[in-house]
Amino acid sequence: MKYETIIGLEVHVQLLTNSKLFCGCANKFNPDNPNVQTCPVCLGLPGALPVMNRHAFDLSVRTALALNCEIATFTKWDRKQYFYPDLPKAYQISQFDLPFSSAGWLDVQVDDETATKVRIIRAHLEEDAGKNMHDETGQGGGSRVDLNRTGTPLLEIVSEPDIRSAVEARRYLEELRLLLSSIAVSDCNMQEGSLRCDANVNLHVHDGAGDPIATPIVEIKNMNSFSNVELAIDHEVARQIAEWEETGAKLGEVPKQTRGWDAERGVTFAQRGKEDAADYRYFPDPDLVPVTMTTEEIDRFRGELGELPAAKRRRYQDTLGLSAYDAKVVVDRGAEFAAYFDGVAKVCGEGKLAANWTTQEVLRELNERSITVSEFSIGADVLGTLLLRVRDEKVTTSSARKVFSVLLSKADVVPADVDSVVAELGLEVVSDPGQLKAIIDSVIAANPGPAADFRGGKQAAVGPMIGQVMKQLGGADPKTVRAMLVAALSGS
Amino acid sequence: MSESQKTTSELLSQLRAGECSSEQLVQDCLDEIGRTDGTVNAFLHVDADAALEQARAVDARRTAGEHVGALAGLPVAIKDNLCMLDVPTTCGSRMLETFKPPYDAHVVQRLRAADAVVVGKTNLDEFAMGSSTENSAFKVTRNPVDTERSPGGSSGGSAAAVAARMVPLAIGSDTGGSIRQPAAFCGVVGLKPTYGRVSRYGLVAFASSLDQIGPMSNDVHGAACLLEAIAGHDVRDSTSVDEPVPSYLNALDEPLSELRIGVAKEHLGEGLSDAVRAAFEKSLDAYRKLGAKVDEISLPHSKYCVAAYYLIAPSEASSNLARYDGVHYGTRAADYDDLVDLYATSRAEGFGSEVKRRIMLGTYALSEGYSEQFYSKALKVRRLIREDYEKAFANVDVVASPVTPTTAFKIGELVDDPLAMYLNDIYTISANLAGLPAISVPAGADSGGLPIGFQLTGKAFDEGRLLRVARMLERETEGR
Repeated sequence: MKYETIIGLEVHVQLLTNSKLFCGCANKFNPDNPNVQTCPVCLGLPGALPVMNRHAFDLSVRTALALNCEIATFTKWDRKQYFYPDLPKAYQISQFDLPFSSAGWLDVQVDDETATKVRIIRAHLEEDAGKNMHDETGQGGGSRVDLNRTGTPLLEIVSEPDIRSAVEARRYLEELRLLLSSIAVSDCNMQEGSLRCDANVNLHVHDGAGDPIATPIVEIKNMNSFSNVELAIDHEVARQIAEWEETGAKLGEVPKQTRGWDAERGVTFAQRGKEDAADYRYFPDPDLVPVTMTTEEIDRFRGELGELPAAKRRRYQDTLGLSAYDAKVVVDRGAEFAAYFDGVAKVCGEGKLAANWTTQEVLRELNERSITVSEFSIGADVLGTLLLRVRDEKVTTSSARKVFSVLLSKADVVPADVDSVVAELGLEVVSDPGQLKAIIDSVIAANPGPAADFRGGKQAAVGPMIGQVMKQLGGADPKTVRAMLVAALSGS
Repeated sequence: MSESQKTTSELLSQLRAGECSSEQLVQDCLDEIGRTDGTVNAFLHVDADAALEQARAVDARRTAGEHVGALAGLPVAIKDNLCMLDVPTTCGSRMLETFKPPYDAHVVQRLRAADAVVVGKTNLDEFAMGSSTENSAFKVTRNPVDTERSPGGSSGGSAAAVAARMVPLAIGSDTGGSIRQPAAFCGVVGLKPTYGRVSRYGLVAFASSLDQIGPMSNDVHGAACLLEAIAGHDVRDSTSVDEPVPSYLNALDEPLSELRIGVAKEHLGEGLSDAVRAAFEKSLDAYRKLGAKVDEISLPHSKYCVAAYYLIAPSEASSNLARYDGVHYGTRAADYDDLVDLYATSRAEGFGSEVKRRIMLGTYALSEGYSEQFYSKALKVRRLIREDYEKAFANVDVVASPVTPTTAFKIGELVDDPLAMYLNDIYTISANLAGLPAISVPAGADSGGLPIGFQLTGKAFDEGRLLRVARMLERETEGR
């Protein structure tokens, strides 16, 4: 018996607009001041009417294009009807049978060896609901409703069940988050709920005879981080295997189940069945007009997309000579970081060098101080200038590290500071062989013992002498010093 | 004669000439309301102090030579399904008995901008669902012409207020005939504009794709003035159309020569009373005498209009009225067990039987497995009805028809027969389904003196022509 895990993800992403999807209220996370970002429209007051926020629609189109989706030239709004206190109109304006986009895909690098293509069924735009707040003290206090979030533009991205493991699911989400933030459509903050994920999970049981048998699909909700998504799916797969072995229930034999994720206990648990709300009675919203787009407009949007993460990784490998690993580290850190890297590489003219420094020195500083690259004091032009000196062999790599740490301690550094710090520290590479030779000779003269030891075959004896030369000539290249010392000791 | 007995055009010219003050006019209206409305029950809410204060302010500005709006000083009543800031807006329903909107409807804003004086809010069938104004949770409005009879509905309060000369002008809303049928029953002018001509922002929705706000008046001139004030594009209503508003008054009194009137043979069949038929023929003769050409046309799908309407309107209503759930505003049941019971009990207590009937109809029609055969099919029929009109308008300028099959029925006569009540809308519904403008203009009376209306339906945004054609008949029938 072999079990294949089948996973499809439904991701809800709040879009970064100034105002809500169908009214002018502010779209911002504000849980501490309930019901202040509201108006007759998002409160669903009698007589109020929705008007589409064109910017939200444009951001959605941009996202769908980045997901390689087809964009519909005609799309409409539908009402999805159900009663719940966080839904003041008792219907959600959504898109039912004619979503604005469909049939896309996302390439996901699972690990160094494995890549997979996850197909996207559709992405559609809808309004977010409010938030019910219940008394969790057990004191029997009343429930309250905060409608600040009501009407926030929400993009629902539905994948095909192309994902085969919990790790793949996590990687899909990471790649999706990277994509969405790199095109600036969402901040994808799972804690604040601007990215939410539900997973549909079941098994294909291969018993060696004939077609695989599909088990019932379970929808998992309430997973509030990517690692919880991974944990919840792993748990659910194990649970479904046990259930299959016990009951043998196949897809279609039992109703679709919804299970919540209890992160503390590490288990999924059965939630209220969906039977109560099974019929949403979708119909076209008569208060809104359909949205049409010409193929020219769609092409224009496509042209304005810019370079997406996958293309960026390819470019770094193909034209800047980065390793696959470095390209991934730079790109996965986000668009801002990649732009920083691009800036460094452009100034210093060498991608590999820029990658080494940004993924090591710079990233270490960012991680230690928990800051983003935009908050980092050494600009790409400054670092690029420093690396250009390295590349031109004006300073050595070890000198450059010293310069880097001095630059870190300064405020408002500019490219010109690179050369002045190098000069201050006397780290210029010594280009006059005569000067170097004189110092080497004086050091040999001052160290007769070690010189004799070296000549007697004790190679290590040269080390302290290198140090003494370097002390006098900070910018000298240790390799050259060693070679010249060895030559001087061996020759005379 | 009290000022309130005069037509809108007379009142407007007197106000402009300074022959009467707005305060005096409003006071006359309030006096008339005091005298008559105890019997007629046209109003749900009258704010005399606010009205008089506003009237005095307009008078002062006019006296000071300041600019005043097109309807300056003219009293207007508003159907109680239009939101007014801090003024009760009940929709004739227990559900919204205590609801005071925090905002003005677009139309109310436009009326304020035109310096009209809002006298009060008029009675209606609950959430505008009905044809008799008997479905109001608060009172039954009576027809001022014969108080044993219904004023029609759902804008029965507005029609009765105008007919009883309590106000010269009123705002109504029309989803399947709710302006035109009460206008016909009460003997006043009522116009349903093209869908999208007047912003619905602030109109409490019944059936969003059919609802339009329109003017009711004691003369065609008043309807033209009032429409001009409220029509026009509003970005807050996505279905409002960005189409310039012409001056409806400009050529109102010029008869149209070479007018082509179409009469649909489907409109003159079974169910039409002799009195209404006779009045209709007489009106057509009047037009012929004025040089119009009257041609028979066919609207082959009109026989399906009632069926299509009673699927589309309740479907949309079931969705639009779902928000009245007792959670956020409006009536909440005093006792309930849990959330579902809170919803069920609040809605059971808050809605009347006709509203519940339509919510159930609409919920059923939209249900999975049924929506294809009901809702989607009704939309197809709707398109066919619209195409019928497009074909007809290739050959005629306006389509003439009766407004109602009969004159005003007695109060209580049809309350237990919803189907017969629904058939009252048989001639008015198609204009809503096709989104076209239609006007009801008085065209005589039956032997008992009950008013009869004459309906003209026009091309989209052809309100100007409709008003002129209606004015031709008004001039003939009233000798003005």
